[in-house]
Amino acid sequence: MAPDPLVRVTGLRKTFGTRRVLDGVALDVRAGEAVALLGPNGAGKTTLLKILATLVRPTRGAAAIGGQDCARRPEDVRRLIGLVAHGAHVYEDLTALENLRFWAALWGLRLPASDLAAALADVELERHAGERVRTFSEGMRRRLSLARFVFARPRVLLLDEPFAGLDQRARKWLEEYLQAFKAGGGAIVMATHSFGRELAIADRLAILVAGRIALDTPRAALTSDDVQRLYALHTENGS
Amino acid sequence: MTRVLGWLAVVALLAGLAVGFGVAPREVTQGNVQRIMYVHVPSVLVAYLAFAVVFVASVAYLARRAEAADRIAHASAEVGVLFTGITIATGSIWGKPTWGTWWTWDARLTSVAILFVMYLGYLLLRGMVEDRERGARYAAVLGIVAALNVPLVHFSVVWWRTLHQPPSLLKPGTPTIASAILAALLVNVLAHALLYAYFLAKRVRILRREQEASA
Amino acid sequence: MTYARRAWAVVWKDLLVERRSKETLNALFFFSLLLLFVFQFTLGPDRERLAAVLPGLLWLGFILSGLLGLGRTFLVERENDCWEGLLLAPGDKSAIYVGKLAGNLLLMLVVEAVLVAMFVVFFNVDVGGVWPGLALVIVLGTIGFAAVGTLFAAMTAQVRARELLFPVLLLPVQVPILLATVKATEAVLLGEPLAAVADWLKLLVAADLIYVVVGVLTFEFVLEG
Repeated sequence: MAPDPLVRVTGLRKTFGTRRVLDGVALDVRAGEAVALLGPNGAGKTTLLKILATLVRPTRGAAAIGGQDCARRPEDVRRLIGLVAHGAHVYEDLTALENLRFWAALWGLRLPASDLAAALADVELERHAGERVRTFSEGMRRRLSLARFVFARPRVLLLDEPFAGLDQRARKWLEEYLQAFKAGGGAIVMATHSFGRELAIADRLAILVAGRIALDTPRAALTSDDVQRLYALHTENGS
Repeated sequence: MTRVLGWLAVVALLAGLAVGFGVAPREVTQGNVQRIMYVHVPSVLVAYLAFAVVFVASVAYLARRAEAADRIAHASAEVGVLFTGITIATGSIWGKPTWGTWWTWDARLTSVAILFVMYLGYLLLRGMVEDRERGARYAAVLGIVAALNVPLVHFSVVWWRTLHQPPSLLKPGTPTIASAILAALLVNVLAHALLYAYFLAKRVRILRREQEASA
Repeated sequence: MTYARRAWAVVWKDLLVERRSKETLNALFFFSLLLLFVFQFTLGPDRERLAAVLPGLLWLGFILSGLLGLGRTFLVERENDCWEGLLLAPGDKSAIYVGKLAGNLLLMLVVEAVLVAMFVVFFNVDVGGVWPGLALVIVLGTIGFAAVGTLFAAMTAQVRARELLFPVLLLPVQVPILLATVKATEAVLLGEPLAAVADWLKLLVAADLIYVVVGVLTFEFVLEG
């Protein structure tokens, strides 16, 4: 029997004011699996990620990570997740090392300097440890953001457009990083609206249109052209 | 149910008027002006009641996240602000012939005025936060801070300045007002409390309809 | 222990950012100086008239610079969505409040000390013999002011009309602190013993306790975003 999915979403609905952003979303993600959420802007991808990240409470339905309900037991969920969203959660006026030291302390961890240095080395930022984030490229910020998870050890990564604004080298690095994360038994939910190479790390594609999952399918058999065709088919019908 | 409450409030208010003007005697020193007390005192008591309800509902909301508690807090704050406004207006009308001025920085008028702006701010906050869930949370926090602030405001303002007649109703010991006046006051307190309950029930229902329509 | 270390991390981070950006402190010093000009111009050169309203002016200065300074508390958390990071770090969220409050307290006390020094220089106020009492009143008043200010700053940081809403919410709630501190400052400057204002000091202590406890208990609901 397969183990329970790490991420389980059922009948999820979220309204902001009179606008229904999510309307009955269901999604399971197992350990070692990555799901790419595709969809046009405003389809609800970010909202779904935020509900999984305990940042937004659903209006109806439930989202759970590791068996813990995101709305009812947010603290337990927070120990299991790592979120990389549009903001990298780093302070511009602090150096890379200072940022890491702050987040480690706030997580209640008491880490020796060597551990912090190792975390930076893990994301290939060791040469920039003493530089302020203000001078960092987009890719470096994202890597610094991920460096926090070296010591926080999440089981689920929630990524919102993780490849946006990255150069070729940074993309390649991130792909390898995410593959390694999956191989280590982690689950990934990744929102994106491009069909580039990043889809290669996804095991499944879920197309979100107007707050509903229009299609949830394994990716392996699909070529890039297939994905584009499916996407066009569903987004045009749905919206 | 709400309708019954409404009619009860109407009947009680009419009875209050009748007793206040018909039965209660003309007060010796102040004359007819004193009769405004039958509105002034009940309004302020009901306003305090309303803000106490805001406090309890706010705590309940944060503990349970029940939208019903949030609606009660919201509605009660609105009705409380209304009655606070009535208190200030009637106090002012009473002050003109009695003290010769519409407004003095008398201790109790001042502390009611501070309550008024504090809870106006509460309603302003609710209006300015777009996301309903967030607005409810923020308002609950403010509702708790504001309610706990009420005694602090009271003591600080009383020590700061006091011109007002000492409280005439709630003082322990020998009753100092004529029993007919006291009776008129009590009838009016009951009438205002019923009116508060009616407004609250009505407003809660409207809020629920609004929220259902948008969910 | 972990709680204190987490609170300290927030203080350390905020002080470091402030030292690097120098955004808040420099502007507040300058603002205080300008306030002094404004007070002088609006009240005229009459020293006696000034002396009579001095305690009020002093606290007006504290409140105005406090409104500006406290209102900025959480702006740094909006850059790169650090706010979310604070919320997602597992553990008691009130440690963040305590850290922010401590940082604000430090910031405000520094600005207030400078403001008092400027009053001494420009308005010829004599605080020589009364400074311990004055310091006590200022510290007690500032704790209460910063406790509510920090909580409300978090509450308004994400709202559109932040600059407007923050003072509108904070000022009415601060009336007890304001009355108590102005009265106590008045007495202290007149050379009266602290015992003469014991009631006001007790009120300040009670207010400080209530505000800090409420802030600690409710902060997580505000941080939720």
